[in-house]
Amino acid sequence: MVQLTLPKNSRMRTGKTWPKPDGAKNLRKFQIYRWNPDDGENPRVDTYFVDMDTCGPMVLDALIKIKNEIDPTLTFRRSCREGICGSCAMNIDGINTLACIYGMDEIKGDVKIYPLPHMHVVKDLIPDMTHFYAQHESIMPWLETKSNTPAKEWKQSIEDRAKLDGLYECVMCACCSTSCPSYWWNSDRYLGPAALLHAHRWIIDSRDEATGERLDDLEDPFKLYRCHTIMNCAKACPKGLNPAKAIAEIKKMMVDRHV
Amino acid sequence: MADAKPVERPLSPHLQIYRPQLTSITSILTRITGNALIVAVVLVVWWLLAAATSPEYFATADAVITSWFGDLVMTLSLWAIWYHYLAGLRHLYFDAGKGLDIPTAEKLGWILIGGSVILTIITLLLI
Repeated sequence: MVQLTLPKNSRMRTGKTWPKPDGAKNLRKFQIYRWNPDDGENPRVDTYFVDMDTCGPMVLDALIKIKNEIDPTLTFRRSCREGICGSCAMNIDGINTLACIYGMDEIKGDVKIYPLPHMHVVKDLIPDMTHFYAQHESIMPWLETKSNTPAKEWKQSIEDRAKLDGLYECVMCACCSTSCPSYWWNSDRYLGPAALLHAHRWIIDSRDEATGERLDDLEDPFKLYRCHTIMNCAKACPKGLNPAKAIAEIKKMMVDRHV
Repeated sequence: MADAKPVERPLSPHLQIYRPQLTSITSILTRITGNALIVAVVLVVWWLLAAATSPEYFATADAVITSWFGDLVMTLSLWAIWYHYLAGLRHLYFDAGKGLDIPTAEKLGWILIGGSVILTIITLLLI
């Protein structure tokens, strides 16, 4: 359902302004979403000041610096710090991206950081991904075969393998799905760009033998067709993939098999 | 022991914080123009019905539609028709799986905005 405003318990208030570090000359202001499940209060937006002269170039560098030097209670996911694990997905400067590969020089003015949009918050910048992962599981993200297992391996031509480029690189960070207004309003039934990109990846895999079943499962007014080509997904993807294009390809296959 | 009462988790902000994109704005405008045109069509049908009813009733309806406010509504509706038409063509193109890379999609977005304004001006000059 479309609900343009936030529920009462989710409305943000102005939070604490943390003291500026001593002796710093090159300060940058950060406004960061905070929510603590233990204090029973509404979310708030805290203000921090980071010394850019002693900070790395990426947004994640600043978050780690804040956690180490200013406020150890600031909570966020991070792991690889090079854009391959997908953990540090968050909304930075109004766009979903990975904090580890988003340079602060790309941001004008204060750095505003929120969790991925329209998700239930576990704490601070950490969203609950349970539903997102369940949707991914629902598209059967594995090779489905009916033939007997070959003695050595499932072979694939170089050309067929090339069809998976631009799809297999997805790191499941959820930047795309949580940037999509259609997913915001209908995530209970619409699978969202990430799950559909993966669905397409398996549908066009030459080794997969469940193409018909996969398409049957997606032939649904909500699961697939809530995509209205808004394209926030492709614009957000930190890996430069294009879920909108993948979804359009599935829609085309749906038409093709009926004519 | 875990607390029996589950924590009521807040919903993270969405529309409030997401920066509008050219693609998302042109998309929502398609819907807004489509819905606004329903109202415009009702107005025009009312005007035609009035013409079929009586000269006095038509005079009233015609006065409303040709007032400055009526003119404004009709001019905006004209733009809405052009915009919605071009957006529909873009949707056909998208549905063919084309123009979906971001640079092309954004170029098409500017064509929608610019094209609908230019076509509106041309139409106004012709009528």
